[in-house]
Amino acid sequence: MTRLSETPGRVGTAVGLSVERVDARDKLAGKAEFTGDLHPPFMLYGAVLRSPYAHALIEHLDVRGAQDIDGVVAVLTGDDLSDIDPYYGHALRDRPVVAIGKVRFVGEPVAVVAAVTQAIADAALAAIEVSYEPLEVAASVDAALAPGAPLIHEGAVRPGLAHGLGTLPEREGNICYSYGFSRGDTASAFDTAAVVVEGEYRFPAVYQYSMETHTTIAHHRGDDIVVWSSCQHPFLVRQEISELFGLALDRVEVIVPYLGGGFGSKSYTKMEPLTVAMSRKAGRPVRILNRVDESMVTTRRHNMKCRMRTAAGADGELVAREVEMWLDTGAYADNGPRVTATAGDAAPGPYRWRAMDVKAHCVYTTTSPSGSYRAFGSTHVQWIGESQVDEIARRLGLDRLEVRRANLLGRGEEVRPGAKGVDADLVGDIEKVAAAIDWGAPRGPNRGVGVSIGLLAAGAHPVSMATVRLGPDGGVTVLVGTTELGQGARTVMGQIAAEVLGLESSRVRVIGTDTAYTPYDRSTGASRSTTVAGKAVEEAALDVLDALLETAADVLEVDREQLTIGGGAVAGGGRTMSYEQLVQKRFGLAGGELIGHGRVQPRGGSGGFADGPVFWEICVAGAEVEVDTETGVVTVLRTSSVADVGRAINPQLIERQDEGGALQGIGNAMFEEMRFNDDGLLLNDTLLDYRIPSFEDVPASMACTIVENGDGPGPFGAKGCGEGVLAGLPAAIVNALADAGVAMTELPLTPERVWNQIQKQRTVEPKERT
Amino acid sequence: MELRLTVNGAQVSGDVEPRTLLVHHLRTALGLTGTKVGCDTSSCGACTVLLDGRSVKSCTVLAVQADGCEVTTIEGLADGDELHPLQAAFHDHHALQCGYCTPGMIMAAVSLLRERRPLDDAAVRRGLEGNLCRCTGYRGIVEAVLAVAASEDARPGAAGAAVAR
Repeated sequence: MTRLSETPGRVGTAVGLSVERVDARDKLAGKAEFTGDLHPPFMLYGAVLRSPYAHALIEHLDVRGAQDIDGVVAVLTGDDLSDIDPYYGHALRDRPVVAIGKVRFVGEPVAVVAAVTQAIADAALAAIEVSYEPLEVAASVDAALAPGAPLIHEGAVRPGLAHGLGTLPEREGNICYSYGFSRGDTASAFDTAAVVVEGEYRFPAVYQYSMETHTTIAHHRGDDIVVWSSCQHPFLVRQEISELFGLALDRVEVIVPYLGGGFGSKSYTKMEPLTVAMSRKAGRPVRILNRVDESMVTTRRHNMKCRMRTAAGADGELVAREVEMWLDTGAYADNGPRVTATAGDAAPGPYRWRAMDVKAHCVYTTTSPSGSYRAFGSTHVQWIGESQVDEIARRLGLDRLEVRRANLLGRGEEVRPGAKGVDADLVGDIEKVAAAIDWGAPRGPNRGVGVSIGLLAAGAHPVSMATVRLGPDGGVTVLVGTTELGQGARTVMGQIAAEVLGLESSRVRVIGTDTAYTPYDRSTGASRSTTVAGKAVEEAALDVLDALLETAADVLEVDREQLTIGGGAVAGGGRTMSYEQLVQKRFGLAGGELIGHGRVQPRGGSGGFADGPVFWEICVAGAEVEVDTETGVVTVLRTSSVADVGRAINPQLIERQDEGGALQGIGNAMFEEMRFNDDGLLLNDTLLDYRIPSFEDVPASMACTIVENGDGPGPFGAKGCGEGVLAGLPAAIVNALADAGVAMTELPLTPERVWNQIQKQRTVEPKERT
Repeated sequence: MELRLTVNGAQVSGDVEPRTLLVHHLRTALGLTGTKVGCDTSSCGACTVLLDGRSVKSCTVLAVQADGCEVTTIEGLADGDELHPLQAAFHDHHALQCGYCTPGMIMAAVSLLRERRPLDDAAVRRGLEGNLCRCTGYRGIVEAVLAVAASEDARPGAAGAAVAR
């Protein structure tokens, strides 16, 4: 590996160092501003009337009582949107800004009140008269696919602006999208296999729970719109708002303060259309700030039913797999089609197969809409595939790690036709997580260990731009559209620019996104920021460096090749000039600045962005668990993960983010579950009833190993991280529990479920389990 | 109703509706937005402040209940540019990511450090269990609190005083 200090023009000032977060001081002092902390002049407070029915026609809606209340400025209903095409959705344009004639889930917005205080707005909701004619409910995938199930959407499918999935098929009943692929002859592979493992599996609906709920302030000023929002993808929000309200892109400005977490819950468009529509009606800025129960029905993770079977030869060779899965996207598609396709792509796992057949369906139900959540698709399906690999090893009497070593794809091998080959050392990664939990060591009764590995197509669409400005005092400002949601993006972007310019990262300022000023960035998600936006920042900084060296060569009267940089200065020909002096030389004493531009796009430019995905994020983890067979309580004793990052720009940020991802994996595997009843009502819509991991759920030992093989397409060989462990760890926990004697086919692993499975195993086929 | 408070050392008074929660009074009337609202159900702890030196969840305290009391928020913790030892320890241990839980978490930890000794890993976890964080794995937070406890205990006299309480 080339050391940074050996790279021409780079001196190792910032990259690879665990420098302080650039946002730490403001966040620690209570100065960091989130959307809910802002208060534009004359701002009104919005309150949303939400449907109590999962599926109903709106018979009668009268808002006059609310309008007459002192302090209420305006009330919005579907009738206010007759002059625009009021449907949005980046994948499928299936969702009205506010209910029009019909509601499709409990919690769907039916009307909005804007008032001078929050208390008045909240109280005014009671003065709205509304009556419903209930329709038949389909609150689960099984109900929505049953013969005679009510149709949740009618009319032709309308593709959204940013689905990225080619030509979208027509709906089949309540199936809004299907994805699949088939290769080889699965039928004969299963007929001739020595072992076949099969089962039906269930994965729960999960709430992302970013601590800051969805918050939006919008000001529709007639011929332009300003939006402040807790959103991860401001440029895609701008596009949808522009399309919905019929204004040019440059008349819509989306400003993103700090985000109080995202994890996918703030990807794409959420509360922005409703808030803009309310402001348009009220003629003043309006804020809508969700309560937790409102955010829970704004977006969630898809629950899923899956049938899978896997075939292997007597020597443990994995030969074929068949998968069919149904993901519950709720009442509106949101990012469901992409989640469905990603789950389909993750279903084979990182193994060589002779035959594969994958079918994945995205299903409408009359429950709250599902979208993105960290490591979507992979988290859904990896625990199923990996538990079948383990079961094959058990039945053949083989070591589970050894079966993986023999079947894992090598570097460069094809994952699927037309996609980038494997860009990591998979065997090396899984050996590390196994070693960290003492694979093969003897352990006590009711304890077990498990490992798992998978691939997550990461990077989304690789389009990012960045601007780097070197001011007349030698200070650097980075403009990049990546959203800071806690992952440390601003810190890392600053480190990249600092490294290129030979500065300490404290000399670099990275400001937040404002679509009016910040260059385009496709989105903040899919672990793409360091890799894609970071590459754009690197190129922009190189562009500045180029201008600096050109000036220095001129001023110092030496060839560029003889110049060196360091400490904020350029040296050559026995003289040294600071960046400050060089900028002033170039423009005169009055000031001026050097501005560099960088861009990443799928074809052309530098970097490996021609083939999709941008990179494969490695979802690899290990776990040791103990089960109490009397109560069904499972304790996660220790976990291990590998962050295969190519190059660690900031090692501590990676480790800390990986820990957080691991804890979310524990929540997802062990107890997090949104429970809808048959009427489509969410039963646990508070944090008292929906529990997320607390201090007491942290395992005694969590090991994160950073792997740096320099094999990423991003700056300095970097690639993204932070999601893989969330897919890897639930699978490792399920496998560890099976190793301890309890094979589960449904998550989360609540004591009740585990205890029931223990009782079932005690009465059924005791000798089948070895 | 007339309300008199000492907030971060300064006396403030004004009219407040009886139903106003302390957190909303701090954020809206006094502009102290460092204290966050997370859940409204006292589950998350983002709104934690000190009331006469003890941590409370300010979403479950009426502003008028604090009449005559001393309130400390995250804004009142640092001494000018110098961070409070806990703020500095959170900084050094990368004990924050999005930062939304951080003000409440730090105020709860300030209270814990005043109230309980000895503090070990388990005691910190138990003591802060009423505060949630979704980004970190909590480990940096525990390390930061233990680091401050250790440095306080190392000060002559300090540990004994804390134990006696």
